Amino acid sequence: MTASDFTKTEGLSASPAEQREMLQRRLEIDRAARWPVGIFLGSSILWLVLGSLLALAASIKMHDPEFLANNPWLTFGRVRPAHLNVVAYGWLSTAGIGIGLWILSRLCGVAIEEYRSLALAALLWNVGNVVGTWGILRGDSTAVEWLEYPTYAAPFLLLSFTFVMMTAFSIMRRRRPGHIYISQFYIMAGFIWLPALFFTAHGLLVLFPVQAPAQPPINWWYAHNVLGLWFTPIALGAVYYLIPKIIGKPIHSYYLSIIGFWSLAFFYAWNGMHHLIGGPYPAFLITASVVASVMMFIPVVTVAINHHFTMIGHFKDLKYSPTLRFVVFGAMSYTLVSFQGSLSAIRELNYITHFTHYTIAHAHLGAYAFASMVFFGAIYYIMPRLLEREWPSRGLIRVHFWGSAIGITIYFVMLSWGGLLQGIELNLKETPFMEIVEATIPYLKWRSVGGSLMTIGHLAFMVSFVWMVIDRRNRGSEPTLFANRKPGDTKTAP
Amino acid sequence: MSNRFRFILIGSILTFASAFAGLVLLPVWGLGNFEQVPDPETGEMIPPLLTNQEQRGLQVYVKNGCIYCHSQQVHPERARTDIARGWGSRRTVAHDYMNQGRAQLGTMRTGPDLSNIGVRNPSSTWHLLHLYDPQTTSPGSIMPPFRFLFEEQEIGEAGPSPDALSIPEGFAPPAGREVVPTAEVLDLVAYLQSLRLSEYEVPEAAAARIESVIE
Repeated sequence: MTASDFTKTEGLSASPAEQREMLQRRLEIDRAARWPVGIFLGSSILWLVLGSLLALAASIKMHDPEFLANNPWLTFGRVRPAHLNVVAYGWLSTAGIGIGLWILSRLCGVAIEEYRSLALAALLWNVGNVVGTWGILRGDSTAVEWLEYPTYAAPFLLLSFTFVMMTAFSIMRRRRPGHIYISQFYIMAGFIWLPALFFTAHGLLVLFPVQAPAQPPINWWYAHNVLGLWFTPIALGAVYYLIPKIIGKPIHSYYLSIIGFWSLAFFYAWNGMHHLIGGPYPAFLITASVVASVMMFIPVVTVAINHHFTMIGHFKDLKYSPTLRFVVFGAMSYTLVSFQGSLSAIRELNYITHFTHYTIAHAHLGAYAFASMVFFGAIYYIMPRLLEREWPSRGLIRVHFWGSAIGITIYFVMLSWGGLLQGIELNLKETPFMEIVEATIPYLKWRSVGGSLMTIGHLAFMVSFVWMVIDRRNRGSEPTLFANRKPGDTKTAP
Repeated sequence: MSNRFRFILIGSILTFASAFAGLVLLPVWGLGNFEQVPDPETGEMIPPLLTNQEQRGLQVYVKNGCIYCHSQQVHPERARTDIARGWGSRRTVAHDYMNQGRAQLGTMRTGPDLSNIGVRNPSSTWHLLHLYDPQTTSPGSIMPPFRFLFEEQEIGEAGPSPDALSIPEGFAPPAGREVVPTAEVLDLVAYLQSLRLSEYEVPEAAAARIESVIE
């Protein structure tokens, strides 16, 4: 958004009549979105809590193998993929659909008309997740990483996403004339990429599997890109929308953001094969992804400049706005996780980190410290507008933020360190394997500590959400901030 | 639909399609049509196809998520110590996996690599004990016990079942009871015993020993 566009869309130069019209339009948009987007966001939080409990169980099992060991439904090899799929499709994707559609609808200046089919889509999406999770736990997991949901869950998800896409296209087609903002690029592209990825990979790996040697490249192309071409564009679109909105300042450079988008579209899609470094594949195939992964520096640097330079001069707003604090934490993690990812794709470093807990820590830096934190922030921003109510308790938001922030920091630091030690020792042929297993146990215990803190944060989030929905008396006119504004401080939206 | 919107649509589809061609279609064409070949010495067709029991065993491996801790890929010496650790006599190549219905290459080595576990540990007694409780054979292991793949039962009047496991002191069930494997765990063990991925002289095996040609 250029400075003049920003002034226009924010109504900063508008006459009182125009401002009234704009506010009226936003009200209509939010009321039309209330049910469909609200169902997506609300159910995503339930999946987040379920995903956290599955994660904790899997984490404890790694240092205490007798924990819940006698029930086949709860064996490690089922709980772990159940965790991954629940957080990927239940939490991140469900929240991503809701957040993406709401931002699209706001930026296009038109209300969602398809709220009936969209509410049906939300229902189908949740049914697909329930069926898929049940399928994994009962023993129908496909053991294709990131695609463990059995085939009978896929039609629900694909049908649901068809409705979601139709809504997104309809919003874009009816949009008010004028500029297309960068968030619309990212979100629209994400809505196209996810179904294309899922359809291709599920079809070629699970439904009509290609011969086994060809499966892992497709598997890792999918697994890396569901992060890069689905969670990332929705989360970046949300960051690009929320930071300027909250601090009341346009993004640093519109042109950089366009370069960032197209370089992400081109390079991210070619990632994935670096998960197979050293594996039984032609070097050129793997090198293509190593190069693409290193080239990700371009989109990452442009996005980093835009996000962090826009924030300069406004860091004190972090003291007040919950949304801003979550979103900026996420944006900083994006820079970190992307640099780390590009470096880990380089063969010499990959020889150490591949096959170790280091990679698991990296995945959580991306999916949690970046994508989930941004989505938390977005939900804190969107829900008061959908419900025309404020969040009931700043204390609960505080518990959520600090639980998540401290939890993921412990998780990432300890598991990365343990993973590095594991990788170095694996490459020393004198070190017996069992010694390496024993050496990682303290770090695995630290992961359970970090995970518990994150889970406490998620429980606070869920309580906060449910309380907000059922407490009809709460019509607070003031946004719920971490601290009351002092006179003279910049005005800050929640 | 304005031109700018169309530009985003077409651009996102084209960038995606380029990667789809390179990283999906190319592997499917180039790595998805392997055939059995005669062994240069014995003339038998290799790699041998999985028997029905081994295929069922692979399903047990898949549904219980062995892949989340065990890889099935031997890496070259340049990269790692797989060969020195005895995980295989050479690195594995794509052809080695043609008989596997579902590739289980894996991404974690919380436990050791299993590409050639059938060579390294051919004993079914060992595998059954290890699956029943890993502590019996590998003290300190963090692998979960798979007792649910076994049945604990009263010893019948005719005496202990011939299939009963002889479990070491401290892990054994109470007196008068015995542990027998289910069909599922026997399938799984048959599959594990069949894992000898680096053992067959497929055409690419010689190059794999030189290791400069492929990744």
